[in-house]
Amino acid sequence: MGITSALAAQFGQMLLVLALAPALTGLTRKMKARLQRRIGPPIFQPYRDLRRLFNKDVVLADNSSWLFRVAPYLIFAATWVAAALVPTFQTGLLFSWAGDLIAIVALLGAARFVQAVAALDTGTSFGGIGASREIMIAALAEPAMIMVVFTVALVAGSTQLSTIAAFMADTGGLRVSLAMALVALIIVALAENARIPVDNPSTHLEVTMVHEAMVLEYSGRHLAMIELAASLKLLLYISIIACIFFPFGLITDGAGLSAHAISLAAYLLKVTAASLLLATLETVIAKMRVFRVPNLLGVALMLGLLGTLLLFVSGGM
Amino acid sequence: MSPSPLAFDIAHMFAGGLVLVSFMMLYQDRLLPLINVLSLHSLLLALSVAWQAHIQDKPDLYVTAVIALGFKSIVIPMALRRMVVRMELHREVEVAVGTGMTMLLGIGLVALSMDLMLRVTAGANALVREDVALALSVVLLGLLMMVTRRNAISQVIGFMSIENGLILGGAGARGMPLVVEISVAFSVLVAFIVIGIFLFRIRERFDTVDLQALDRFRGEHR
Repeated sequence: MGITSALAAQFGQMLLVLALAPALTGLTRKMKARLQRRIGPPIFQPYRDLRRLFNKDVVLADNSSWLFRVAPYLIFAATWVAAALVPTFQTGLLFSWAGDLIAIVALLGAARFVQAVAALDTGTSFGGIGASREIMIAALAEPAMIMVVFTVALVAGSTQLSTIAAFMADTGGLRVSLAMALVALIIVALAENARIPVDNPSTHLEVTMVHEAMVLEYSGRHLAMIELAASLKLLLYISIIACIFFPFGLITDGAGLSAHAISLAAYLLKVTAASLLLATLETVIAKMRVFRVPNLLGVALMLGLLGTLLLFVSGGM
Repeated sequence: MSPSPLAFDIAHMFAGGLVLVSFMMLYQDRLLPLINVLSLHSLLLALSVAWQAHIQDKPDLYVTAVIALGFKSIVIPMALRRMVVRMELHREVEVAVGTGMTMLLGIGLVALSMDLMLRVTAGANALVREDVALALSVVLLGLLMMVTRRNAISQVIGFMSIENGLILGGAGARGMPLVVEISVAFSVLVAFIVIGIFLFRIRERFDTVDLQALDRFRGEHR
């Protein structure tokens, strides 16, 4: 396969996730609204919001520095690059050899750092609250994520997502460590994406918000970039979970057109299912108090550690 | 006898699940949910022992499984629940040592037992090794639970989970003789009844089942 078609597949995938991300957010909102017997905004509402935000002027605080202005682009870029490393419907893409799961965690960590620093930049109290809470959550979520990576890597013998997906697709059997890793990864994903038990994505109540408090000062195209990056991050986590734990329908390069169509359909199905599950979860559980969150993330960390430990036992055979 | 990979995976899943449920016990600080967790713990033990009976082809282990299911998963949790409701403890939130610290200690204990057991049982068959290692972790986690809790009922639950761990180890290793098994089950039941009576006596005398009251009574610190 020539470099041109490899590049085309890679860029096609990058554009696909970018195009799909707002729809995922819209779909989740819609399903949540339906579960609460509201009609809810249409699925494509996030696209309209983004278009409106891009057309609006940017209002900058007087005391904000250059950092405040470049941060949205940095956040978006880091998230998009991370998303490019995750196989969605095709494994073994060109860029996927450039970085593994640890690189993805690092890219997302960098994006979070920039966001927290930008939130502190304007010197408002909300930015400060948001940043400190976000860092508190991240300080626990990131080790948990790394432990999940270790567990999966010990099972599959690689931290490379394409290799892991290939390994998972052809080995069956029950592994309790992987189940623990899955639960831990879901908790981490909920925390990282500011979803309900940790943070409420649709609130503007100051005592509870985390992510929204950080982006409160942004407007116009800057806000659009941040919103898009947030949607992209949600899709990225869903793709990671799908590719590690449910790797059916993935194709490697050189597959035919019909195989492409099937794998794309499988991917869309997985994302829809994940979105439905997320909406259900957000409907049935309540948000936690901020100071209970470390307990939840501690559970994720513990599951990751335990998964790794249990692997050493089964490694003995 | 070397077990097939699938049989091993299933045994590993049940035993690993048991360790996980032990952690859930450490995490849970309200009494009624804690009793439910104990019930789940015993249910998993019963499944695990039944699976061992199946792959080792030892019918007497099925009896162990049934005892675990009947007594420890149904009768004792029901009795405990009645006790909690009668003593009006079901609204109490227990001040544990601190969930994070307890969890870290627990992880440390699991790591310790794996390291120890995998060395000691180096020559044995894989099924026995993982079973014994995980059983030791369950026992140590039960002890940790008894150390970190102050409420007498959670200490009883910790004690029950230690016993579950012992049975898991016994079932995995060579299978306990049935007589030993039944006598252990009954001694646990007797211990349970004694503890139950004891609990009511403590409550009558001190108006609480918080064991720090005993410390004060004996004149130890504070």
